[in-house]
Amino acid sequence: MNWVTKMFSSSIGQKFIMALTGLFLCSFLVIHMIGNLQLFKNDFGLAFNTYAVFMTTFPIIKVVSYLLYASILYHAFKGISLVYKNNKARPVKYAVQNGAANSHWTSRSMGILGTIILVFIVVHMKNFWFEYKFGHEIGYTSYFTNMATGELKAEPMSAEYTQFNKIEENIISNETGQYRVVVVKDLYKEVATEFKEWWLVALYVLCMFAVAFHLYHGFQSAFQTLGINHSKYNGLIKFIGIWFFSVFIPAGFAAMPLYFFFK
Amino acid sequence: MEKNLNLNLKVWRQKNAEDKGGFQEYKLKDISTDMSFLEMFDVLNEKLIVEGGDPIAFDHDCREGICGSCSMFINGRPHGPKQGVTTCQLHMRSFNDGETIVVEPWRASAFPVIKDLVVNRSAFDRIISAGGFVSVNIGNAQDANSILIPKVDADESFAAAACIGCGACVAACKNASAMLFVSAKVSQFALLPQGQPERKQRVLDMVAHMDEEGFGACTNTGACSAECPKEISLTHIARMNRDYLTAELSTESK
Amino acid sequence: MTSKLDSKIPEGNLEQKWTKYQSSVPLVNPSNKRSLEILIIGSGLAGASAAASLSELGYKVKVFCFQDSARRAHSIAAQGGINAAKNYQNDGDSTYRLFYDTIKGGDYRSREANVYRLASVSSNIIDQCVASGVPFAREYGGLLSNRSFGGTQVQRTFYAAGQTGQQLLLGAYSGLQRQVGMGNVKMYARHEMQDVVNIDGVCRGIIARDLTTGKLERHFGHAVLLCTGGYGNVFYLSTNAMGSNVTAAWKAHKKGAMFANPCFTQIHPTCIPVSGDHQSKLTLMSESLRNDGRIWVPMKKEDALALRENRIKPNDIKEEDRDYYLERRYPAFGNLVPRDVASRAAKERCDAGFGVNKTGEAVYLDFAFNTIRYGKMEATKKNMHNPTDLQIVEMGRAVVKEKYGNLFDMYQQITGVNPYEQPMMIYPAVHYTMGGLWVDYNLMTNIPGLYALGEANFSDHGANRLGASALMQGLADGYFVIPYTIGAYLSKEIMTKAIPTDHPAFEEAENIVKATIDELMAIKGTKPVDHFHKRLGLIIWNQCGMARNAEGLKKAISDVQQLRAEFWSSVRIPGSANEMNSELEKAGRVADFIELGELMCIDALSREESCGGHFREEHQTEEGEALRNDVDYKYVAAWEYFAGNNWELHKEELIYENIKIAQRSYK
Repeated sequence: MNWVTKMFSSSIGQKFIMALTGLFLCSFLVIHMIGNLQLFKNDFGLAFNTYAVFMTTFPIIKVVSYLLYASILYHAFKGISLVYKNNKARPVKYAVQNGAANSHWTSRSMGILGTIILVFIVVHMKNFWFEYKFGHEIGYTSYFTNMATGELKAEPMSAEYTQFNKIEENIISNETGQYRVVVVKDLYKEVATEFKEWWLVALYVLCMFAVAFHLYHGFQSAFQTLGINHSKYNGLIKFIGIWFFSVFIPAGFAAMPLYFFFK
Repeated sequence: MEKNLNLNLKVWRQKNAEDKGGFQEYKLKDISTDMSFLEMFDVLNEKLIVEGGDPIAFDHDCREGICGSCSMFINGRPHGPKQGVTTCQLHMRSFNDGETIVVEPWRASAFPVIKDLVVNRSAFDRIISAGGFVSVNIGNAQDANSILIPKVDADESFAAAACIGCGACVAACKNASAMLFVSAKVSQFALLPQGQPERKQRVLDMVAHMDEEGFGACTNTGACSAECPKEISLTHIARMNRDYLTAELSTESK
Repeated sequence: MTSKLDSKIPEGNLEQKWTKYQSSVPLVNPSNKRSLEILIIGSGLAGASAAASLSELGYKVKVFCFQDSARRAHSIAAQGGINAAKNYQNDGDSTYRLFYDTIKGGDYRSREANVYRLASVSSNIIDQCVASGVPFAREYGGLLSNRSFGGTQVQRTFYAAGQTGQQLLLGAYSGLQRQVGMGNVKMYARHEMQDVVNIDGVCRGIIARDLTTGKLERHFGHAVLLCTGGYGNVFYLSTNAMGSNVTAAWKAHKKGAMFANPCFTQIHPTCIPVSGDHQSKLTLMSESLRNDGRIWVPMKKEDALALRENRIKPNDIKEEDRDYYLERRYPAFGNLVPRDVASRAAKERCDAGFGVNKTGEAVYLDFAFNTIRYGKMEATKKNMHNPTDLQIVEMGRAVVKEKYGNLFDMYQQITGVNPYEQPMMIYPAVHYTMGGLWVDYNLMTNIPGLYALGEANFSDHGANRLGASALMQGLADGYFVIPYTIGAYLSKEIMTKAIPTDHPAFEEAENIVKATIDELMAIKGTKPVDHFHKRLGLIIWNQCGMARNAEGLKKAISDVQQLRAEFWSSVRIPGSANEMNSELEKAGRVADFIELGELMCIDALSREESCGGHFREEHQTEEGEALRNDVDYKYVAAWEYFAGNNWELHKEELIYENIKIAQRSYK
């Protein structure tokens, strides 16, 4: 066996990739979070829609996004295969097992939490990513910015309207002044509409709990797997893992559907 | 102070490796809280023998927490409810009158049951054979004090070497992973100058063999360390991970 | 008959015997080694180290142990340390001094040449262990640390916290497993030797039982090494492991190997006392505790009685009502007298009615005095001028915890009593057996090809072993002695082809083993094996324990004989012989212990003197100290077995050319 395949088929090697892809996904969450914060901007979705275009067209981001899809798939399917393999290591189960006495429940539930997250990702991708890229439901909106006053106005385009680029920008002048006109695919509206459905909001919020608990263990665990366990830095890793990744990030993401639901 | 307990025991009975096995219930009266858990089993076995039954087979030897023979999964935990002790050091004062105690063997595909509570842990020996040693032949060692070892390293190495090979780590782990056991040995030598020449090959060989034996992978739940009667730390697993990755990426052999 | 015992001690002066021997012993060439097979029974320090070194040399080795892994042998439980004459502390140690201390500590009943060899290889042991990765305790500068032990005036004990035996055994075990991995050693775990096979008076193999399946197996070997430890479990309660047994040595004895000094047993003074009838074993509290613990019992009998009935607590007894009997009797050594002396003194007080636990068999080991002393020292160090009593106690306890924390925790775990607040209760318990199979300088028994190493032989500790010397002997025998001495025998065996195990001698031996097992299974009596073991233990403990007398020993002999008859008629062994059957295993061992018990008493009765662990009440000074008789008993008593439990005594005279014999005094 070649050393690369040997390494990545060993138990530690497989965990190594799980840790690397996991941390990569964590870093994606941070970027995704920062981008999505623009949903809260009071601009009828202009900034968010512009960002959405950038994310789907900028070449480097595109490359990274394919890496991301691969990571998600690898992390998910390797995870499932490891759960299966680990289960096989104990063919006869205990009649009584008091796991709570020696470990945190999140650490023992990574498979199920991860599966919930995977289902969520599928729903989420279908709702927004697929619709945005390949669907025909999402329409266009024109944003008029008065270049003198900065006043912003949005006007949806007709349902039949389509354009070559996802975003097109012009300057127009009329009697009321000079305007920058941006016509862009309105993902924002799609988001706002979707999140009026109570069950979808509930699903999103619940899934964010899964993310929170998955990362509560996952973030710290990745460092242990990479061999980073040092009395001087463990505190920091733990702090980031708990407060940033398992509280702030999921809370931020959960706030988005709630924001639109109650808006 | 000493008290007497009445207990219900549910013990796994299995005639041999082929037998399917199942739980058997026993009632015990007047068990002194001063008894060790294994002495309570002695009482039960003596009762069974006198009544014409078959005594329960279980591994035990030193009964002072160092040989690593005893291996009972008691009320859902290896070596029972107390931390940092083996089954033989567990005393009945840790239980309550009228309590039901469920006793099972270690469960892992790499630790097949031989009889009742006795399992085969020879996989551990084979892992050691794969690399858990320093290859020095006897008779040509240099003077012991010509190797200087910082006290912190010697102490940390000792802490890893304190492993008694009981298998509680495997038993506790939801994946039946042997990472704590293997990492303790890898770490012991990784921390000492004597272990350096073979450091990379050792970790590669031992991990490869660990995987071959059918133990699960580590998911860092920490159950192993929490249940280890010698309280071996998870830092040793991190060190082994580090060593393994470095070794795979840097050894010349393809 | 004495001619049967040729100790084969090399000529020359003491210092040169071993080095000269090493350079003149016949060797076996490497290609011949590959066809010579060695069977090693037991995987403790002696067995594992012998297996590792002999297989490295190229011999074909098989190792047998009854535990599930070689690593579980009872050497693992040794706490304190291992002696070596390294003189790293620059405190005047030397090979000669270690040799001298060992002979004197053994009360002048061991062989000079063997002990000197032991002392001279002691240094190599430490080198070897360090090289193989044993994590000994170290100083901040990175050098090895030493501590002192009883019976010596230098610091020569190397240690790894309170787990020295474990670390040394794991070192030897890893060397053994390395050879297993290389295919040079075949390991037979969960196998128990049932008998040796002799052909024409030469040992040629063994019969072993696979403890998992019950199957009997025949194994041929050009040589057989018994590294099977001591027989302390004859007392039922001891600090030995539950499985420790005499069977291998005893079967060899019944096949002609002589058993030497069986009555020399070591009772360790500081063990956790028996708490009730359920007790299955006793736990040692390290000798090091006597550095800071003061031993006492109440001065008044009514206080002892009140303590036993739990009406008062030890701390209620005033200082002037306490009897620090070791300090009173032995002002020069105080609480640090050797093990045999401390044990007897405790027994004397308890027998006189001053014992302090519910059984009346315990004395206090009290750390209060030194806790306060340490507390005051800490206060001085920290510049505290008016510390409160509470502060002093707290600081003192911290110091005690640092030194003995793990032992205190273990004590609390077992007894449920906090030893920081109340004194520990301790009582002597059987710990080690100096006697064993008689061996010559080559460690060979009087049966050619059959060797005994480590605690299983008798040779190095005389009538009392010093602390931290058992580990030293086990590793010396396995690492440094047997690799040379076995050549003396095997060099003459190179023409012996492996004998097929269908040879009639193997067949006969297996049939006898099988017949014995069948006989045991067929008894189908009413009492479990432990019942007999406990009774045997009580007989031997009461009559052949810390103090012995002719009358008691005679009674013990007849009691043991009666017990034997009862055992063979009413023991109950459930299950069958063709499966894992721990009761059958125990029965075989107890049957042998019963026979050994009789011989121990016979030996003790015949030795009309007191020396080391053997204290005959008829032979004591006016102050109650041991009275040795060097004129009549300066010999090794080697017993030859004859059918029907009859023995004949052979004497090996002990010759002291380098040491002047003196009476021990610790006053």
